[in-house]
Amino acid sequence: MDIFAIQLVNGLSYGFLLFIITCGLSLTFGIMGVLNLAHGSLYMVGAYLALTVTRDIAPSFWAALVIAPILVAVISLIIEFVLLRPTYRLGHLSQVLMTFGLAYIIHDVVRMIWGASIQSLNMPPELSGSVELFGQVFPVYRLAVVGFGLAVAVVLWLLQEKTRWGAIIRAGLTNKEMVSGLGINIKLVFSVVFAIGGLLAGIGGVAAGPVLGLYPSMEFEVLILALVILVVGGLGSIAGTLLASLLVGILDTFGRVMFPEISLIIIFGIMAVVLIVKPTGLLGKQVH
Amino acid sequence: MNEVLRVEGLGKKFGGLEILRDVSFTVTQGERRAFIGPNGAGKTTLFNMIAGDLAPTAGKIRFFGEDITHVPNYKRVRKGMVRTFQKNNLLNELTVLDNLLLALQKFAGVENVWYRLRSPKNFSHLYKKADELLDTWGLAHRRDTVVKHLSYGEQRQVEILLGIATEPKVLLLDEPTAGMSASETQHILQLLQNMPRDLTLLIIEHDMDVVFGLADRVTLLHNGGIFLEGDPQTIQSDSRVYEIYFGKEEV
Amino acid sequence: MNATLRRIGLAILLIALCAVPYLVSAYGLSIMTEILIFSVFALSLNILVGYTGLVSLGHAAYFGVGAYTASLVAIHFSNNLFLTLICALIISAIVAFIIGFFCSRVSGFYFLMLTLAFSQMIYGLVYRWGKLTGGDNGLSGVPRPALLGDLLIRTPVQIYYLIFVVFAIVLLVLNILLRSPLGQIFVGIRENEARVRSMGYNTTLYKNLAFVIAGALGGVAGSLYSYFNGFVSPKDVYWTLSGEALIMVLIGGAGTLIGPVLGAAFLVLLETTLSSYTDSWMLIVGATFILFVVFLPKGIVSIGPLLVRILRVPKRRPAPARSAEAQDIKAGIEQNGVGT
Repeated sequence: MDIFAIQLVNGLSYGFLLFIITCGLSLTFGIMGVLNLAHGSLYMVGAYLALTVTRDIAPSFWAALVIAPILVAVISLIIEFVLLRPTYRLGHLSQVLMTFGLAYIIHDVVRMIWGASIQSLNMPPELSGSVELFGQVFPVYRLAVVGFGLAVAVVLWLLQEKTRWGAIIRAGLTNKEMVSGLGINIKLVFSVVFAIGGLLAGIGGVAAGPVLGLYPSMEFEVLILALVILVVGGLGSIAGTLLASLLVGILDTFGRVMFPEISLIIIFGIMAVVLIVKPTGLLGKQVH
Repeated sequence: MNEVLRVEGLGKKFGGLEILRDVSFTVTQGERRAFIGPNGAGKTTLFNMIAGDLAPTAGKIRFFGEDITHVPNYKRVRKGMVRTFQKNNLLNELTVLDNLLLALQKFAGVENVWYRLRSPKNFSHLYKKADELLDTWGLAHRRDTVVKHLSYGEQRQVEILLGIATEPKVLLLDEPTAGMSASETQHILQLLQNMPRDLTLLIIEHDMDVVFGLADRVTLLHNGGIFLEGDPQTIQSDSRVYEIYFGKEEV
Repeated sequence: MNATLRRIGLAILLIALCAVPYLVSAYGLSIMTEILIFSVFALSLNILVGYTGLVSLGHAAYFGVGAYTASLVAIHFSNNLFLTLICALIISAIVAFIIGFFCSRVSGFYFLMLTLAFSQMIYGLVYRWGKLTGGDNGLSGVPRPALLGDLLIRTPVQIYYLIFVVFAIVLLVLNILLRSPLGQIFVGIRENEARVRSMGYNTTLYKNLAFVIAGALGGVAGSLYSYFNGFVSPKDVYWTLSGEALIMVLIGGAGTLIGPVLGAAFLVLLETTLSSYTDSWMLIVGATFILFVVFLPKGIVSIGPLLVRILRVPKRRPAPARSAEAQDIKAGIEQNGVGT
């Protein structure tokens, strides 16, 4: 029972981290139609930037949590401006391929700057202990991640349902032509959306740093899980993404511990079943 | 005079929206049947269901006496039910000849040959047939032109040509002269008039010259149902037809 | 490109490849062998991506299945070349048939994701059957293939020729198949599936067929790799290999016969030569890929025609002669009222 509770918390916190990251991917894919295969790379950059912040600027996790994601958002804006904006006319597939090339580039750039050895981000001292709940001892940080993830989910949901930007995004998810026909500057929307996607990836990177570590090809592992979540949860639904993230997070965590050999098969098996039976995902809307 | 197509109680609902309701009619062999009606009356939806591109929510379709309501679209083509599309639906990056050969090779039964190149030397009968068709339709000079470089009118002709190449017994033409100039329309009309009499034609048309130049019978669709059916003269002289298209005059 | 030119080109290519062992060093030979193996792999993916228009991110599955099958047969039953090759081909074809059955029913993004999902499931299977496949440690000590009885194909030169022969057969068969009536159906599906369906073709069936052919040939590539490498590991089934195959097809030129071969050569050369100078070969591959997608979307094969177009100087028409003679003739015509 001990192991179960701890792994459950681990699984939930992993799930919430994946949720934050995948929301960014889902947003850019849903609005722009571009499946950003460099999204995992942005997550990785966020984590490594946090490392630099804590080492060279201010030894504060909180400072990193603020600064690193903003930097990633800026980098995303630059990417959108330089790479994607001039090439929308080439079509979605071409842009997806370009993000794939970009992921390769970022992989090496990160390795050149920060090296290939495994590193870790220090937890903030306030959250590094453990706490007892219901007779079980849990790491505080993991619980904090769960709480943080919930907060982010609520904020995102409020933004999407209750604000003008959210309305535009919801409209854009269902009908892009209509949105631009309404006189809304679609180019601006795309840039902002891509930046927000990067921001979320960066936040995920910083939050995940202390527990998942930093190492080469971390971006591809996260990317592929994000793709599974995207498919299973469906597009356009924060609730769907959350549900799928938690499912994948828990399955992956328990899988590693209890049945490592088939956890991969189960996770991708679920992805395959969803694609075959209900391609729009558990709670999602139609992909264009 | 045998019956080639019988539609019984055909209906189509999209969620709560009923596009077509209880449509029934019969077409005999060799008949030229025109379907007219204002936009949104459901004409293309009707064709889509007859061709099998859309499943009906009610009703049956009989083709030469056989119930084909649940037969997939590509199988209907093999039985002789062929349709053309309202919007040009061609293989735009390929030449006119390549488009045509793809249709012809199926009906020559050679479509699954994988061990010989498709060339004039290996499949001379295909190329000959293609040239004959292109000649008849006056498109021989466009044989090796990539379809996307053709004019709209020429593409429309290729659209119809592909339908014919598929050896239809019943040909569904969805607005064949849409967007064509008067002379192009005349050209198409003549070619359609010259088609063999054992071929049955169903045409959706807005151009009344074509309807009167070709149709034996006209079916007027309105609000998802058949409003009127008869020979062209009867339809033309019925004042209600005018109202349907242009609305009732305010007294 | 007309038929004779094409035949001559292919002949020259094959003859040149025949001569390779006499022209390059041992290291060069190993690179060339790898190029031919991945050419077969890229050619097989091209059937799906370039010809039928189905972009798959799950092709590594067949490479892995082929490699593991050939290796396991060689280790546990017999290392007879034909046996291992045919087993690899058949098992890959069966796997492709099953996966293709499901994938043919979806398209676009969903197709991409489903091929990825199945491929990762196979990757998971490699670990699940770790006792058989060696799991993370991979399968080592794979015996060299034997032609007949004890006649082993062991030296690098022999292995090169074995792989060359298979490559040549695949290339020549595809040369005909892709331009046969059947191949043209694949092209039609790529261009406009709805239209092809309305011509009476059961397009789902043909997509399945393309899938099985592509998968079977992918498995052949995998088995060739096992003969060459003697060692198979899970990374031969990982999705990044699918990504690399896609890069090869697209950089080389999708939908052409020789494109994937050029793309495979390009990528293998880049990886092997670059990695001896710098650790950052991924950066160069990534940047090159982006450049190709933007500026040369039709791949390396389009460089030739592009250069021809750029270098061909437009001919200028000579200005009309203004000689006295011409003026006279003109005046005479006008006087007589002929023409206006």
